[in-house]
Amino acid sequence: MSRNLLELQNITKSYDGQLILDDLTLDIHENSFVTFLGPSGCGKTTTLRIIGGFEKPDKGRVFFDGKDITDLPANKRQLNTVFQKYALFPHMSIEDNIAFGLRIKNKTDAYIKDKIKYALKLVNLDGFEKRSIDSLSGGQQQRIAIARAIVNEPRLLLLDEPLGALDLKLRQEMQYELIRLKNELGITFIYVTHDQEEALTMSDYVVVMNQGYIQQAGSPEQIYNEPENAFVADFIGDSNIVPGIMVEDYHVRIFGADFKCVDAGFGTNKPVDVVIRPEDLEIIDDDDPRAILHGEMTHIIFKGEIYEMECTTPDGFEWLIHSTELHEPGKKVGLYVKPSNIQVMNKPESEDEEALGVEE
Amino acid sequence: MKNNTSRYLAGPYVIWIVGFIVIPLLTIVYYGFTDRNNAFTLNNIAQILVWENYRPLYRAMILSAVCTAICFLLAFPLTMILRSLKVGRSSLIVFIFILPMWMNSLLRVLAWQTLLERKGVINGILTAMHLPEQHLINTTAAVLIGMVYDFLPFMILPLFNALMKIDDNTINAAYDLGASYWQTLTKIILPLSVPGIVSGVTMVFVPALTTFAISNMLGGGKIYLIGNVIEQEFMQDSDWNEGSGLSLVLMVFVIVSMLIVNHFEDKNDMRKGGVI
Repeated sequence: MSRNLLELQNITKSYDGQLILDDLTLDIHENSFVTFLGPSGCGKTTTLRIIGGFEKPDKGRVFFDGKDITDLPANKRQLNTVFQKYALFPHMSIEDNIAFGLRIKNKTDAYIKDKIKYALKLVNLDGFEKRSIDSLSGGQQQRIAIARAIVNEPRLLLLDEPLGALDLKLRQEMQYELIRLKNELGITFIYVTHDQEEALTMSDYVVVMNQGYIQQAGSPEQIYNEPENAFVADFIGDSNIVPGIMVEDYHVRIFGADFKCVDAGFGTNKPVDVVIRPEDLEIIDDDDPRAILHGEMTHIIFKGEIYEMECTTPDGFEWLIHSTELHEPGKKVGLYVKPSNIQVMNKPESEDEEALGVEE
Repeated sequence: MKNNTSRYLAGPYVIWIVGFIVIPLLTIVYYGFTDRNNAFTLNNIAQILVWENYRPLYRAMILSAVCTAICFLLAFPLTMILRSLKVGRSSLIVFIFILPMWMNSLLRVLAWQTLLERKGVINGILTAMHLPEQHLINTTAAVLIGMVYDFLPFMILPLFNALMKIDDNTINAAYDLGASYWQTLTKIILPLSVPGIVSGVTMVFVPALTTFAISNMLGGGKIYLIGNVIEQEFMQDSDWNEGSGLSLVLMVFVIVSMLIVNHFEDKNDMRKGGVI
């Protein structure tokens, strides 16, 4: 593993007596693409603002490259921010916007000119030097904001929901642009978003946050396939979260039906939460011997690449199923899940943990 | 149909413009360029070159410029503080600063007269503290105080509006790119508040330049401004021709001042626009 560029240690922050971040500790490796993911108000933007130097934590320290920067003001930090809604300087040309940081640092005109050219090329806006900010589309303004930040050669780039204001198609395009930029620049990105798909697409490392706590941190695959609690499972993609009993290792009972699974170490006859992704539920014939659950198809929505369907089992639970095969409502079917596609999670134990759980 | 309705609705305003703006203006122009026998003359305009008329204009220019500068220097830090306190546009504290605007302006000047008089409130306090009485009323300083007090809200309001429009993240972005507080102020905040500054300067400078009430009440006829001269021509000397001629000259000065001020706004290429 590469070394830590940034370390957050026991960061606590509250506004008007309301706790926003509670004892948050996190290491960020050099050259990684890290995403803070969570619903609004989860503390992700506050964390970013603390790293950027726009907020001071009430408690805890921030280390950058091994040095304590907790008390260092924003204008002395070796990092740059791409703000939500771009925050370009409306009274300056594109050129002057990009040159702002370099002129502050008293770089030579020739150097600045080269840098502007290089940065505009990097964000695919060659020749835009003299244009005014108003003449740009949202996506172009976003690129200029990125160019303005990267000409300063930061070692860490903070991006605060930079694609939030763009339409879907442009957003997807910019996601690939950002991955390319990160690889070309070879610097660390910290990205804040509430869009789980964006987080999974772009990052090496996803930090899922809720109510000021880190719920789970790991690679996108880990977060998606092995959610540690109901919040993560529910927030990342669609999922069926059902109560179950861990009868013994590799054996979980859901609504009286016995499933084989790959999880162990929960003890015997222990209540657990079980996550099954909608695409992992296979619809088979009602009389197929593999069928573990039996139910009736109730709803169907065509989503483009898949059908989103619901199958109600006799206990009344509506299972969400994604499949490319159409099964008409009213049809009696059997359901099967591969053992490796069943994810067993501990139930929240304390009330405090309960508070972190899913909010409907 | 819709077009016709708008045309009828515009009617009263056209009558207003013609009856209360165009005709009076033309009348002043007529008086300004004629003598008592209705013959064309440039004498009324040339009156400004006479020392007794030129000096009050010069004095009024200086005083209103100083008044505008003081208002700006008082209002800018105040509005910056209000901005950082995150008070809303409709908050009580802003309301209090704007409140004097809702009172009769002559009444406000009268209040200063009471404060500054020889036997006024301030000298009363000084005497009670066994300090020597000060000569306050009927000085240039007294007129200046009156002007600043009277016109300050007109600087605060547009400045506050302009500063509130600046996004916090625009300012944060400047810090993020390494700018110090001073650099952020001069390169970002000030240029972005130009529309407010232009409105504020206009709304303070013009009434200050043309006032005669404040100089009358706090200057006691000793601090003679161009407004006083014009007033006297009309009210005491009944010389409408010369009064109109000097009014036209003053108007030219106002227009030139506004062109200069607005030039700054254009140069900053702001499309957001101010109050004026």
